[in-house]
Amino acid sequence: MTAVNYIQNIPFFSIFLAIFGGIVTPVLGNGKTAQKVNLVIVTVIGILSAVLLVHLWQREESFTFMMGRFPAPWGNELRAGPLEALLALCFCLVMALTLTGGSRFLQKDVLPGKQNLYFTMIYLLLGSMLTLIYTNDIFTAYVFLEINTIAFCAIIMAKGSGESIVATLHYLVICLLGSGLFLIGISLLYSITGHLLMENIQQAILDLVQTGEYAFVFAVVIGMIIIGISVKSAVFPFHFMLVSAHSVATPASSGILSGLVLKSFIFLNIKMFYCVFTIDLIRSLKITNVLFVFGLMGMVVGSISALKERRIKHMLAYSSAAQIGYIYMGLGLGNHEGMVAACFHILAHAITKAMLCICAGGLIEASEGNVGINSLRGAGHRNLVAGIGFTVGGLSMIGIPLTAGFISKLYFATATIYSPQKMVITLLTLAISMILNAMYFIPSAIAIWSPVDKKAKIPKPSRAMQYAIGIFIVLNVVLGIYYAPIIDMIEIGIQLLES
Amino acid sequence: MSNLMTNYYEAAAVILFGIGFMNLLLAKNLIKKFIGLNIMDTAVYLFLAAKGYITARAAPIIAQGTAARVEDYINPVPSGLVLTGIVVSVSVTAFSLALVQRLYKHYGSLDLDEIMKKAKKEEKV
Repeated sequence: MTAVNYIQNIPFFSIFLAIFGGIVTPVLGNGKTAQKVNLVIVTVIGILSAVLLVHLWQREESFTFMMGRFPAPWGNELRAGPLEALLALCFCLVMALTLTGGSRFLQKDVLPGKQNLYFTMIYLLLGSMLTLIYTNDIFTAYVFLEINTIAFCAIIMAKGSGESIVATLHYLVICLLGSGLFLIGISLLYSITGHLLMENIQQAILDLVQTGEYAFVFAVVIGMIIIGISVKSAVFPFHFMLVSAHSVATPASSGILSGLVLKSFIFLNIKMFYCVFTIDLIRSLKITNVLFVFGLMGMVVGSISALKERRIKHMLAYSSAAQIGYIYMGLGLGNHEGMVAACFHILAHAITKAMLCICAGGLIEASEGNVGINSLRGAGHRNLVAGIGFTVGGLSMIGIPLTAGFISKLYFATATIYSPQKMVITLLTLAISMILNAMYFIPSAIAIWSPVDKKAKIPKPSRAMQYAIGIFIVLNVVLGIYYAPIIDMIEIGIQLLES
Repeated sequence: MSNLMTNYYEAAAVILFGIGFMNLLLAKNLIKKFIGLNIMDTAVYLFLAAKGYITARAAPIIAQGTAARVEDYINPVPSGLVLTGIVVSVSVTAFSLALVQRLYKHYGSLDLDEIMKKAKKEEKV
């Protein structure tokens, strides 16, 4: 077997390893061992994804991997290109850092005796996210959407408090509505095209579009599928489930929610655009315009809600809703550049928001568990690393140069040139949203760094958290300065998805 | 209209889907909400099963000694999808009901409005 054959096994092996980890964890005894094993497995998957990324990026190619013995129109397939590998790498990296940084909160928040089960759910979540990235089969995508929902619901309710169960219910119901729409959408699509693999469906759709048959049904089906996935990814006005889940979950879980889980749904949407429906069909049916409007509304409403919020975790959740709006605005521009900017923002937001969640956890801990922004006064002096991390994250969210957030906003603004009719409104909303971002991040940063003389007795920040935040800050700045290769990977990835 | 009459399985499935969807979205009672979820999922299975069936053909089980001809059998893929879907829907329902049970133990009610009211009160304390 040659090296290429080994590399083609990486997508399947990553998913297998994640699910295998989930099966092994319950017998590992206590939470600490489970966490160590988890760190090792996630790192291994991350390294494998990095190897895959370098291989595919240098060769500028993508491949499909046959699952089982049956070839294309019958069997199940995985597909990997540079963009998929980049996202898998980012997901593993952010997950490892978030869980390491938030490990002390995990031990405190998750019910004792349930900690290894928490990691089982983390594995299932990672496995389902990797499958959503790599799969080439729409029904497999549906099954793993549901696995993702159940695993993440268990992660939110791991705290066991009444309000966490209410938040879980909220999240579950909205997610089930989304997957219900997706399921009826793919059933209708199957009944029209007779295929489940993305490439075959696309071929059938192209043939049908030429004959003009089923034009109305297509509009309905595409609407159901895209809206179903968008509802799950907490697009405005469905961002409330994100807010309730975000504010009750332990910091590591909220970092994973807005950093990764929602992003895997958004990437599924991008795959639907390119691999199933073709971007021209999406554009001609004006689906991009709908997403564009909801994206813009999300940007403004999310930021205004964050501005009004006095609790730090709620503020971060509303800020996530606004950032999801940015990504949908990029998708809604409907051009190649907008898509590249949206994909870059997926990475930038994953790194930034996960760090902000961990830092917020650290700052709350340094303020004796108070969540109000006013009561965090001087918390940055008590937990220095978390304070610096929060400030850097805030600057990145606002879009200050040298941070990852600046690059994505720059690319969003550049992408508008290629959609002249949407240019003015996009640039205006970008400007308004950035000013609003500054209006709520700067006062909280000032509160954190304002001097206080009273010496409260607080636990020292853990070393794991300091390292994790340190790496997050470095990543953020590196992404903000050496962004060119990442953009190149995304561009090649999108071109390969399109072809 | 004649299309509706010939495709009455599909029409029924879509109506049931709508009923289930609205129930999941709007019902205040949690048990009713998840019954809505099940109606919604079952509607999709009805749709798929109706799509897979071809009149006057048998289930695709090949008995020994008979020649296997593709014209004799129905499409087996939708049946496979329905089975997978049922497994997914059973696990989601089990999870949701466990969640409802936890909520009932904690708040002593199945009414969503009442639970939200109590949860808000708890948060303030």
